[in-house]
Amino acid sequence: MKGPLLFEGADWGFDTLQRAHDAIEKIAVGEMGLSVYPNQIEVITSEQMLDAYAATGMPIYYSHWSFGKSFVQSEGAYRKGYSGLAYEIVINSSPCISYVMEGNTMTMQTLVIAHAAFGHNHFFKNNYTFRDWTDPSGILDYLVFARSFIADCEDRYGVAQVEGLLDAAHALMAQGVNSARRRRRPDLRSEEARQRDRRLHDEKMYNELWRTLPAGAQKSAPSPDDSLVRKLLELPQENILYFLEKNAPKLAPWQREILRIVRLMAQYFYPQRLTKVMNEGTATFVHYSVMNRLHETGQINDGSYLEFLSSHTNVVMQPSFNDPRYNGINPYALGFAMMRDLERACLKPDEEDREWLPDIAGCGDPMGALLDIWANFRDDSFILQYLSPKVMREFRLFDLVDDPKDPTLLVDAIHNERGYQRVRSSLAQTYELANHEPQIEVHSVDLAGDRKLILRHNTLGRGVLVESDSRKVLRHVAALWGYDVLLQEVDPDGRVLREHTAGASIS
Amino acid sequence: MQLIDRRLNPSGKSLPNRQRFLRRARAIIKEAVSNTSAGRHIRELEEGGAVVIPASGIDEARFRRGQTGRREHVLPGNRDFLEGDRLPRPPGGGGSGGGGGEAGQGSGEDQFSIVLSADEFLDFFLEDLELPRLERRQIAAMKAETPRRAGYATAGSPANLAISRTMRNALARRTALNRPRPEEIAALEAEIEAAETRGADKEEIALLMERISILRRRAMMIPYIDPLDIRYRRFELTPRPIAQAVMFCLMDVSGSMTEHMKDVAKRFFMLLYVFLKRRYEHVDVVFIRHTDEAKEVDEDTFFHSRETGGTRVSTAFDEMMRVTSERYPLDSWNIYAAQASDGDNERADNAETVEILRNKILPICQYFAYIEVGEAGRDTGLSSLWRTYETLGDSAPAMRRVSSRQEIYPVFRDLFQRQLSGAGA
Repeated sequence: MKGPLLFEGADWGFDTLQRAHDAIEKIAVGEMGLSVYPNQIEVITSEQMLDAYAATGMPIYYSHWSFGKSFVQSEGAYRKGYSGLAYEIVINSSPCISYVMEGNTMTMQTLVIAHAAFGHNHFFKNNYTFRDWTDPSGILDYLVFARSFIADCEDRYGVAQVEGLLDAAHALMAQGVNSARRRRRPDLRSEEARQRDRRLHDEKMYNELWRTLPAGAQKSAPSPDDSLVRKLLELPQENILYFLEKNAPKLAPWQREILRIVRLMAQYFYPQRLTKVMNEGTATFVHYSVMNRLHETGQINDGSYLEFLSSHTNVVMQPSFNDPRYNGINPYALGFAMMRDLERACLKPDEEDREWLPDIAGCGDPMGALLDIWANFRDDSFILQYLSPKVMREFRLFDLVDDPKDPTLLVDAIHNERGYQRVRSSLAQTYELANHEPQIEVHSVDLAGDRKLILRHNTLGRGVLVESDSRKVLRHVAALWGYDVLLQEVDPDGRVLREHTAGASIS
Repeated sequence: MQLIDRRLNPSGKSLPNRQRFLRRARAIIKEAVSNTSAGRHIRELEEGGAVVIPASGIDEARFRRGQTGRREHVLPGNRDFLEGDRLPRPPGGGGSGGGGGEAGQGSGEDQFSIVLSADEFLDFFLEDLELPRLERRQIAAMKAETPRRAGYATAGSPANLAISRTMRNALARRTALNRPRPEEIAALEAEIEAAETRGADKEEIALLMERISILRRRAMMIPYIDPLDIRYRRFELTPRPIAQAVMFCLMDVSGSMTEHMKDVAKRFFMLLYVFLKRRYEHVDVVFIRHTDEAKEVDEDTFFHSRETGGTRVSTAFDEMMRVTSERYPLDSWNIYAAQASDGDNERADNAETVEILRNKILPICQYFAYIEVGEAGRDTGLSSLWRTYETLGDSAPAMRRVSSRQEIYPVFRDLFQRQLSGAGA
């Protein structure tokens, strides 16, 4: 079945974009069985792309100097030619917004639409981490609310006040997510209404007369014992921002609201950090399949196809560890290689596949298997379950142990029969966020004493925190909490390795 | 699918954040700017450009684990390692994995460059500099009065009618005098009509008519808006102080001044010129060059034409006095002077120079700076002019020696540092 060409030459127009989108949709949804949010494709200039970079890719965001910093950084790198711009940015929202650059050729636009508007879009809609943690239909409205709320606070309380608070909240962003499954789905649309209700309630409850009541002698409550305090405050709590929002004694309602905004945004971006390899792998696999299909059906010509192949090859290139270009494992390369490998194992399995990928090998329905995987895994579990020896051999993966007690590095496993299992689990572990980020939780509050907040870092035998940074962050925590803060670093046996403290500044 | 063309949307969405960032990193950027500017040409100074700042000063701290403890990396591209091989640590890696693996973790980049516009660059460069002792001598000058809102008046032009204030007064007065509202009259009229239709007795209707006529009379007597209510926005002309300053640039252009010296002097004056033009609204600059006689010239001639002859500094001072008395009355101008010379002066002229400097020039100047330019790398000892000025003791002008381009910026900053203690000394 040969169709007419979708386009010829490099130039694109809005009607060709529309035609390409429709043709891709026929393949991606009709043949591959993807399920996507409605698409909204926006054409932007390179300057606007730089703007989008700075604000974490979102179309609307509140103001903060750190976004200016990242803008200056990416602008500088771009102007000097150190780095090109991405071809697209895609936002996990419904409708799913994809930005495409005006400077792309039509082939690139087709590639980008297949990649972002169908690949990423499907992943956002179906992967369980996104379903659990994000509310794509409410996010844009919420961003509008957040921006105007914070701008309003700046007017009322001063830019410096708000900026200081945002600095503190941003420093704790990584400690502002709940990593366990949520009880209910997030609903960002109701956030604004909730904030308004709370304020109206406060205004209704306010009575000038209360202020005139004489202050009686301070009643000293019986000092609660530690276990009761911890129970009442729902401790231990991994989400430090949440804890401070709910329990910090000295914060004003607007300050709690801003902490909440930062926390909800951290939570919104959390799935993206869990699924880098899978997300990019999915999108790359989708655009590869779509472009091939378009070529097979004669909808793009050989020239376009070669242009696509050349840029696709660049995207999925994995330099070796000793290559100057090496900058970690390329999530596009690894994800794409694994998806292709799974597709092959479904159709033409060999003995090895039957042993290593028993649940899908030879099932004959690669799309069905992949759709299921895309929905139900995240990077660490995906690699642990589906990294096959064939991909390990292709990438020539090896496991290197860096033990400071040892003067040399040890090659612990390589891509051979004895090593596959260890390489696979070791690689899966590097994608587990818990192994990258220190596990810090609110341990207790000294309510009987000086209200000191006690945080605890579980080192899990992986080393203590960097002193200088921790001190700065702790100062932020102390400023939010309003009283002293103690951070204990404990090893798995519960022994305290090191302690940091920060005093509340007198304000 | 929806296709949206966003290309025509206003750009510069990130500019407010960029401004915030520059404010935040002010101190670091300023240091970087003064470091960069040392090696720049004056033209470039006005062009702005990229400066490199260390990232350490503006980092955003996060909880991070140190590089201690046992770590495992999975790396691609194994060509010849076997299980159990031991590899030497990569030099300088500080325990980071093979061949710089895991780059991009940790604290990231060490420095990055910021592109500043010309205005931003000069702002940073000139930030803490100021013309010393700028007294606001002149109060009333040409554009020195501006109208400013100052409350309300009972008289004024119709254009300045303050409507909301007038209506407020009117409402207050009507309320206070209990003027019947139109609804009351309408209600009464309706009542009369109702009474007539139902055929009530005459007495009752007359009573109602009486009430309504009282209300009507009251409404007539108490006007809706009374002239008493009317208010106008009042404006007051406030004098705006203008800092007027005139800067005299004096330069020796005799044969002993080499091209290099003139170049250095020129840089100093140009820097000064840039500074003044930015800092103050009204600044006149007078260029006086001298050999054994002095002349006021335009900027171009000042920097570019050549003269021959001896050197009499006092002639330049005389010329400066003449220009001052003709055009710059002391009660409305601040006078600043900068002199550049190689330090030569005819011996016979020294006494007169000191005399005129002490008695005429220094008393009228807010600030007098003397730049002695020399050849780079050649220390010729104290010049005759320098020694002559030194005899003035405490009242001697601010003196600096400059022999190369690189010294211009430090010397300039040095001379015009804000909060100069005892300027002119």
